[in-house]
Amino acid sequence: MAKRIDVTDLNVYYGSFKAVEGVSMTVEPRSVTAFIGPSGCGKSTFLRTLNRMHEVIPGGRVEGKVMLDDQDLYAPSMDPVTVRRTIGMVFQRPNPFPTMSIYDNVAAGLRLNGVKNKKTLDGIVESSLKGANLWTEVKDRLNKPGAGLSGGQQQRLCIARAIAVQPQVLLMDEPCSALDPISTLAIEDLINELKSEFTIVIVTHNMQQAARVSDRTAFFNLKATGEPGRLIEIDDTTRIFNNPSEQSTEDYISGRFG
Amino acid sequence: MSAITDERRPDDASVPDDATPPGGRQGRDALRQMGSPHRARNVKDVIARVVMWFCFFLAMIPLVWILWTVISKGAHLLGSMEWWTGNQRNINSDDAGGGARHAIEGTLQMVGMTALIAVPIGIFTAVYLVEYGRGKLARAISFTVDILSGVPSIVAALFIYAVWVTTFGLSRSGFAAALALVLLMIPVVVRSTEEMLKLVPNELREAAYALGVPKWVTVVKVVLRTAFSGIITGVLLGIARVMGETAPLLILAPYTKNFQRDLFNGNFPTLPMMINQDRGDFALATAAERMWAAALTLIILVLLLNIIGRVIAYFGSVKK
Ligand SMILES: Nc1ncnc2c1ncn2[C@@H]1O[C@H](COP(=O)(O)OP(=O)(O)OP(=O)(O)O)[C@@H](O)[C@H]1O
Ligand SMILES: [Mg+2]
Repeated sequence: MAKRIDVTDLNVYYGSFKAVEGVSMTVEPRSVTAFIGPSGCGKSTFLRTLNRMHEVIPGGRVEGKVMLDDQDLYAPSMDPVTVRRTIGMVFQRPNPFPTMSIYDNVAAGLRLNGVKNKKTLDGIVESSLKGANLWTEVKDRLNKPGAGLSGGQQQRLCIARAIAVQPQVLLMDEPCSALDPISTLAIEDLINELKSEFTIVIVTHNMQQAARVSDRTAFFNLKATGEPGRLIEIDDTTRIFNNPSEQSTEDYISGRFG
Repeated sequence: MSAITDERRPDDASVPDDATPPGGRQGRDALRQMGSPHRARNVKDVIARVVMWFCFFLAMIPLVWILWTVISKGAHLLGSMEWWTGNQRNINSDDAGGGARHAIEGTLQMVGMTALIAVPIGIFTAVYLVEYGRGKLARAISFTVDILSGVPSIVAALFIYAVWVTTFGLSRSGFAAALALVLLMIPVVVRSTEEMLKLVPNELREAAYALGVPKWVTVVKVVLRTAFSGIITGVLLGIARVMGETAPLLILAPYTKNFQRDLFNGNFPTLPMMINQDRGDFALATAAERMWAAALTLIILVLLLNIIGRVIAYFGSVKK
């Protein structure tokens, strides 16, 4: 299931503004990679290039190479829709479809792509909700609107929705920043379970969270506002937090700036 | 009022002492001194309220007056069965009563045809403008819609007359009038649909894309679905808007007192034209009373559409 991502020399633009410059990294399969760094350094921007969501923004374009195992994601023959089915995404703010029930939300990715078989859908909805640790809380009200859940439940619903299309990789952009500590813990536990099946990349502002959930950590930084963000270093999480090779990483982690 | 304002003050004081507020210590002292202007603010508040209520009542006067006139002069005809079932055939101006069924049916049929043409065009245009349109073409279309929404109804009618009757040599008919109404309705549908589509949060589109859903499916199944009740409301309000249009009917659809269900041939009965017909013999009490009754009927139709629109908006809106 899970796949490796190899990024080489990636530049990311918004129109003429270069937001991210020269990123090369490898994201290991079946592991959690955390992105940390000060606000505006391009973590979200870079994350969105990994499943070609960046080009949805008018003027958004990318230079460089992103490989998923041996597939070039930015090859001209590559359909961005296929890429996004393979690499799912969870957003900062929970965004269930407001017109759909809990069941329909989870089934949405499959239904909108033409899967109609009720049995198949039932099975996938149940396993996805179980996978997202939400099943016991919602199994009696699958037909109630998804927007009626609590924020933390909504976020887990969004995770269930993302894993229901059975992606290889799951990207998460600050998935806990709108949640209370309990829901945050629930999602962190979930990430720990999911990593046996998926390759996970998570952006977070919370150092403890990065330290708790991730196997590897990438630190991004930018020289000054208006300058493009860069990858400073990526290494095992324990190493980044205890003995980073760059001074700026240590400064950031110990709270001396950013 | 002042109690409420005063209650806010402990809030300022509750900033923990070790927290430095934005602007530093000086900033917080400035916050502490802010208590006094609330009296002046209350006075302004009261003045603003009085002015608003006054303007509201001013606006209500003509509305109530119109409704009162129409109801008091027209209501009693609406109580008869004949009004809702019959037509005006063989009823002269100085005869009392008769029915309005022919005109009610005609008006509904005509606006139905108008909606059938205008709604898809309007919705597709709005979808293009909001979801796909970039650059010159989109701006040109948007500009055209702006112009169209400023076209007086009589000009729209003359345009259709010039094309339909003068150029193609076709006869005046209910359908020709419906075409003129289409021109008037399209900008209403485009603008209201556009507003509704813009209200759909971008996050929902991104959520769908991130599931590997193609753009057009996202537009149909997520965006249009989310905006659905708002769009329907806009459409119904648009229909209500063209229902009372008279200039296109005067020019393109001559009145008949009889039932006429053929939109494409011959004269066509409608409520505004029935009103206009009886207005010609306003001096006769029999005609005047019919005129008010037809006016009231038209108001009721428009009102019903508005109510249906609101009900759909209420029940169709996203439930928590
Ligand atoms: N839609 C956009 N159009 C133009 N510029 C953008 C857009 N989104 C982000 N940027 C710019 O790109 C740079 C990187 O932004 P990005 O959102 O990736 O930062 P981030 O690291 O995710 O920050 P945060 O931690 O606050 O989420 C910033 O300078 C930002 O202003
Ligand atoms: Mg971000």
